[in-house]
Amino acid sequence: MEKQVILNSRHFELTIKRLCYELIEQHNDFSNTVLIGLQPRGVNVVTRIKSQLEQILGKEVLCGTLDITFYRDDFRRTEKPLIPSVTNIDFVIENKKVVLVDDVLYTGRTIRSGLDALLAFGRPQKVELLTLVDRRFRRDLPIQADYIGKTVDTLVSERVSVEWKEIEGEDKVVLYTPESNEQ
Amino acid sequence: MNNNLSVEHLTGIKDLTRQDIELIFKTADNFKDVINRPIKKVPSLRDITIANLFFENSTRTRLSFELAEKRLSADVVNFSAASSSVKKGETLIDTVNNILSMKVDMVVMRHPNPGAAKFLSERIGAKVINAGDGTHEHPTQALLDAFSIREALGEVEGKKVVIVGDILHSRVALSNIYCLQKLGAEVMVCGPTTLIPKYIHELGVKVEHNLRKALEWCDVANMLRIQLERQDIKYFPSLREYSMQYGLTKEILDSLPKEIKVMHPGPINRGVEITSDVADSKQSIILQQVENGVAVRMAVIYLLAAKIERH
Repeated sequence: MEKQVILNSRHFELTIKRLCYELIEQHNDFSNTVLIGLQPRGVNVVTRIKSQLEQILGKEVLCGTLDITFYRDDFRRTEKPLIPSVTNIDFVIENKKVVLVDDVLYTGRTIRSGLDALLAFGRPQKVELLTLVDRRFRRDLPIQADYIGKTVDTLVSERVSVEWKEIEGEDKVVLYTPESNEQ
Repeated sequence: MNNNLSVEHLTGIKDLTRQDIELIFKTADNFKDVINRPIKKVPSLRDITIANLFFENSTRTRLSFELAEKRLSADVVNFSAASSSVKKGETLIDTVNNILSMKVDMVVMRHPNPGAAKFLSERIGAKVINAGDGTHEHPTQALLDAFSIREALGEVEGKKVVIVGDILHSRVALSNIYCLQKLGAEVMVCGPTTLIPKYIHELGVKVEHNLRKALEWCDVANMLRIQLERQDIKYFPSLREYSMQYGLTKEILDSLPKEIKVMHPGPINRGVEITSDVADSKQSIILQQVENGVAVRMAVIYLLAAKIERH
């Protein structure tokens, strides 16, 4: 696997800041807006954005986490793990503006499941999508993000990984490309 | 942690590993969250059809299974022996094969004969869940009981559980013994000598005939019903005498050195094995057991359905 850093820790921080200001442009003081991170890796994005937003706004921003396992469209079709993660939405989303947050937007299937899962909690006024990385031109469904950290053009054989200071030791986004003889 | 059950059917707790039980509990935690949402339904089993075959009466278990199936979006067909061709002399295999021809993927069965679920699982293509087979096993009841203990006390490992009553005729008792032991709990059975199976100590359980001593030892008391419908002879002089010796009253409960939890798999015979004020007390987790039953059954069905091959 060939490894290429497409967002280093300095740019990573700038990107998070920019996303926060874009959110504030649309949602002002977040009085009627909540952020919901998709399990598992969207939660890291939400945690970071929440603390940054709260620093800028000087007030609490409501955040939750949403697990989409039971809403996936590939149950019994893959060998993927069945074990779900925790859903924690301890506020009412009825008539709220919801920003769904994930780390990488790829086929759009996770977001489709996320929308389904979200609607089990009520009827939001509006739903938007924020993603740290958008793997453009790889969509299976007509889903696009409203806020994008970094857009990349990738091949199916490539893999994009968002790494975190708290988990992997450094904030960065890495693109893994298989060596030509592996392809 | 392994993401798959080690079994293809749930015929008894005896066949499960501790990892299986922990996987079921972890999945049930998530389903408990789901059934407390405004929309208590997930679309996972949209393309699965489940038949509930009840060759023996049941209210709670059948409702609980049906609700679990519906909340997973499965299609459900119900069958009860009282209104069926079984009365006209059809065999179990014929009945089930007829139902399977209608493209059913999973069968939940209660049957008066011990081993019926295993017998069926070896002969049909669909997944089988045992919802009680005679006096043998009732695995989902044991799972929900242990899940409720875990919820009430934090964990099952190291806890002391006494099962009181008609151990001889109880499938709940046997499944509970297997399940609790696999999770590392200590189990005692308590009841009159005639209602305790002779060699039960070989399962590694303590045997006690004095209710007070048993209650002083335990953290949780699981009170069972006297199964008069399975008793062809008299095992004790009278229900009143049984109740005086083995009925759990508020007086005994309040006189114990520590606050124990009280469980009951239902249906309760108020005033026989347990008095009304105990059943309704804050130490009783009987209604939590019923709520957890739906979540645990959703977990079992979901995990087994994951193993159904696509046509």
